[in-house]
Amino acid sequence: MSAPVWELPVSAPAATGWRALSDRQRGWILALVLLLALAAVAIVLPWLAPYDPATIKLSARLRPPAWEERGSLANLLGTDNLGRDVLSRVLHGARLSIFIGAAVVAISAGVGVLVGLIAGFAGGRVDAVLMRWVDIHVAFPGLLLSLVILVILGPGPGTVILALALNGWMVYARQIRSVVLSVRQLPYIESAEMAGARPARVLLRHVLPNLAAPLITLMVLEFARVVLAEAALSFLGVGVQPPGVSWGLDVANGRNYLTSAWWLATFPGLSIALTVLGVNLAASRLRLALDPREREKDFARKLLAKEAR
Amino acid sequence: MSPTNQAGRGLPRFLLGRFLQGLLVVVGVTTIVFVVTRLIGDPVQAMLPVDASAEDRAVLARALGMDGPIWLQYVHYLRDIASFQFGDSLWQHRPAVDIVLERLSGTLTLCLGALAVAVLLGVPLAIAAALKPGQWADRISVLLSLSGLSLPQFWLGLLLILLFAVTLNWLPSSGSDTAASAVLPIVTLALPALGRIAMMLRSALIDELNSQYVRTARAKGLRSRRIVLVHALRNAAVPTVALLGWEFAAMLAGHTVVVETVFAWPGLGQTAVQAIERQDLVLLQAVVFFIAFLIVILNFCLDIVYRLLDRRIAV
Amino acid sequence: MTTQPLLSVRDLSVEFLTRQGSVNAVDRVSFDLHAGETLALVGESGSGKSACALALMGLTTLPGRVAGGSVLFDGQDLLSLPERALEDIRGRRIAMVFQDPMSALNPLLTIGTQIDEVLERHTALNAAARRARTISLLEQVGIPKPAERLARLPHEFSGGQRQRILIAMALACDPQILIADEPTTALDVTIQAQILALLAELKTRLKLAVLLVTHDLGVVAQVADRVAVMYAGRLVEVGDADALFAQPAHPYTAGLLRATPRLSDIQHRMTAIEGVPPDPRVRRSYCDFAPRCPGADAACAARPPLQSLSPGRLAACVRPFAPVWKEVA
Repeated sequence: MSAPVWELPVSAPAATGWRALSDRQRGWILALVLLLALAAVAIVLPWLAPYDPATIKLSARLRPPAWEERGSLANLLGTDNLGRDVLSRVLHGARLSIFIGAAVVAISAGVGVLVGLIAGFAGGRVDAVLMRWVDIHVAFPGLLLSLVILVILGPGPGTVILALALNGWMVYARQIRSVVLSVRQLPYIESAEMAGARPARVLLRHVLPNLAAPLITLMVLEFARVVLAEAALSFLGVGVQPPGVSWGLDVANGRNYLTSAWWLATFPGLSIALTVLGVNLAASRLRLALDPREREKDFARKLLAKEAR
Repeated sequence: MSPTNQAGRGLPRFLLGRFLQGLLVVVGVTTIVFVVTRLIGDPVQAMLPVDASAEDRAVLARALGMDGPIWLQYVHYLRDIASFQFGDSLWQHRPAVDIVLERLSGTLTLCLGALAVAVLLGVPLAIAAALKPGQWADRISVLLSLSGLSLPQFWLGLLLILLFAVTLNWLPSSGSDTAASAVLPIVTLALPALGRIAMMLRSALIDELNSQYVRTARAKGLRSRRIVLVHALRNAAVPTVALLGWEFAAMLAGHTVVVETVFAWPGLGQTAVQAIERQDLVLLQAVVFFIAFLIVILNFCLDIVYRLLDRRIAV
Repeated sequence: MTTQPLLSVRDLSVEFLTRQGSVNAVDRVSFDLHAGETLALVGESGSGKSACALALMGLTTLPGRVAGGSVLFDGQDLLSLPERALEDIRGRRIAMVFQDPMSALNPLLTIGTQIDEVLERHTALNAAARRARTISLLEQVGIPKPAERLARLPHEFSGGQRQRILIAMALACDPQILIADEPTTALDVTIQAQILALLAELKTRLKLAVLLVTHDLGVVAQVADRVAVMYAGRLVEVGDADALFAQPAHPYTAGLLRATPRLSDIQHRMTAIEGVPPDPRVRRSYCDFAPRCPGADAACAARPPLQSLSPGRLAACVRPFAPVWKEVA
């Protein structure tokens, strides 16, 4: 008599679509989608503008938004003190802000990742010196130094990118170094290294895949922060200069007319807020998608919330 | 497992190390300012009116000590800074140090006020949110945190002015004449910090409430109130205090610049902007130095507090 | 035993809520605990023994949840008591010692404070009396110079010492029942022996009833009066310790005993039970141990209930005492 076979019931059907993808794949896709969305916004939005944002038309100055008494449909969000269409300026402002944000993130991430990798792999004195430098640099008053640099070198998008990138690379260095160290301390990596595995191999096969998730999330969050920083610099007058169009610049301009023309400061500022909010929410989603521990925590929190009710 | 406490022995050496590091920070910051102002671009030119002659330029350069070889300038520069001599402000024609010290209290008022608001509102909010997830406190902290992260402070300030000063006329919109004029600037400065502190404390509390020692405390039959306030909060306070220090530094290093400008509040931040508008590099250097100095002192104190809170940290 | 049990667990079930649905960690477990006896709840990781112990004190937290059953103590069902009433019982009449002494103590509070707060909570002693009692407790568990160590933090003690402190904390208010969840697992073998000796001594002197949760049969052999064996969330065998070790009724118990290395058996090879414990997410109608049991056949397709073989002896097997394991040469 053959032994009975203790068959387990049929397991759940093979996952399809989104569920079939691994965390890493999901991360890449979400990040790609975000990137494309931002690029689309930057490129497409200005095309939608009904007017040239720099066109001055003094006869139409300070018109309120269309839904107000003196407003007209020709200028949906009103005009500013030089008769320029607010809506067009808002749409155009996106391009420069997104471009600057992306450029700063790319540069500071590049530098920061490099420093972090070197520190993590070299260890010893190199690591100590590099991290000491990071600690010192982190203690610098960021915005103030950016102000000084911009004043001397002359304001403009290029200098803004330089100043912000200079102040932003440290967080990447710390994060990357932390990942490298924790991967290298895994027992099987340690033994691999002792057995002679070359650092390059360890880097490519083990460290990089673990880097992708936290790096992407960090870059997205930093992007949001840089957009805000650029807006603040432009607001203070040392960022983007006319005839460039920047939301921060417009808010600064609108400040002079706060009591008489509230729409001048409101809509550019609102655009900044919405953009940054959107990016931050995307970053939360990304973190959830990429980190299974976050998903468990999220699930546990939702459970608790359900029970509490 | 070593059962002895090493805290006493290593503390002086640790403090010395921190002091040196702080010194490096200050030197680093001022060197950057030096490099930027002297080596790149022509600061003397930047400070002169457009139609100045070469003679005027030479005079000004000598007055500012910006003639002569660079390394000598650097040495003089460091020496001056070490004795807090920045020269006379080009704008107000009196020692820059005096101007800085006058405006310092304004900035400190805002920063301390904002921190107080962030803590007094944020801590209870975080506790309520951690204890009852999904309820109103939780939702409010998420909302505050998102707004703090996403709203540009300068815009927030303007909106508050629009609402409370212009439309409702409850509060003054600028200046520092009355105590009431501090309200809006402090709120504006506090909001992002409030959001972050509430979020971090809530998150830390949740983590602590899930820990093993809390399970032990529950097994001992302790009341929830004691478990939250004495056990969990004590442990969650450690990273939160670190965040508080960071927030203070962030306020000093940048946020006050924006907020003081929006509300025309007399403080170091506004002074920096005014110095920029008037091409007064002397004053600007003094402001930057003092702020870096304050931040270093702050970090130093923070390190001490941190180690006092968590006696486990080996020194 | 003919005396009334101190603690009576009936059909206790605990489930875990996961993203894929709920999972039974403990399925209708029933046992009694009498005054002065030590009952060992034995099982491998994932058998549900810790979940069971936590549920007794109402300490199950999400994603876990008690799904049914009753725990009778002093005429009351602990599972139906409101939280405040349970808080009065915990630490005072039923106390618990956990597995990892490193993380079970609050790292930022002194041990003096952590013991004192139990006394303050449950007794009417004043500060001086509490301090005296704390010192006395620490002496009893073998911490040298306790008066000087009250202001020390947990990290300043060794693992064994911390476990002693946890025991002192648990016994502070003279509980009737002590639940010890793997109290020696995180410790060295030599320290293990010390802690077990301490527990045995305290148990006799204070007339404690002890529920010892463990996976280590060596520990069970040293201190247990009775044994309850769990597998896949269910009880598979219950009985007097000596009788069970001499002649195990359930194949799983027999397999565990066979796998436990003994000094007297150094000739024989190490033998393990082939296979792995079953996936808790899957619901089965057949005996959970069947896939790993050498003696399983068609009769095991219907899960056998836990039935009484003789007074005080139960097993969930259609052929108890059958010699299913081959002797190893």
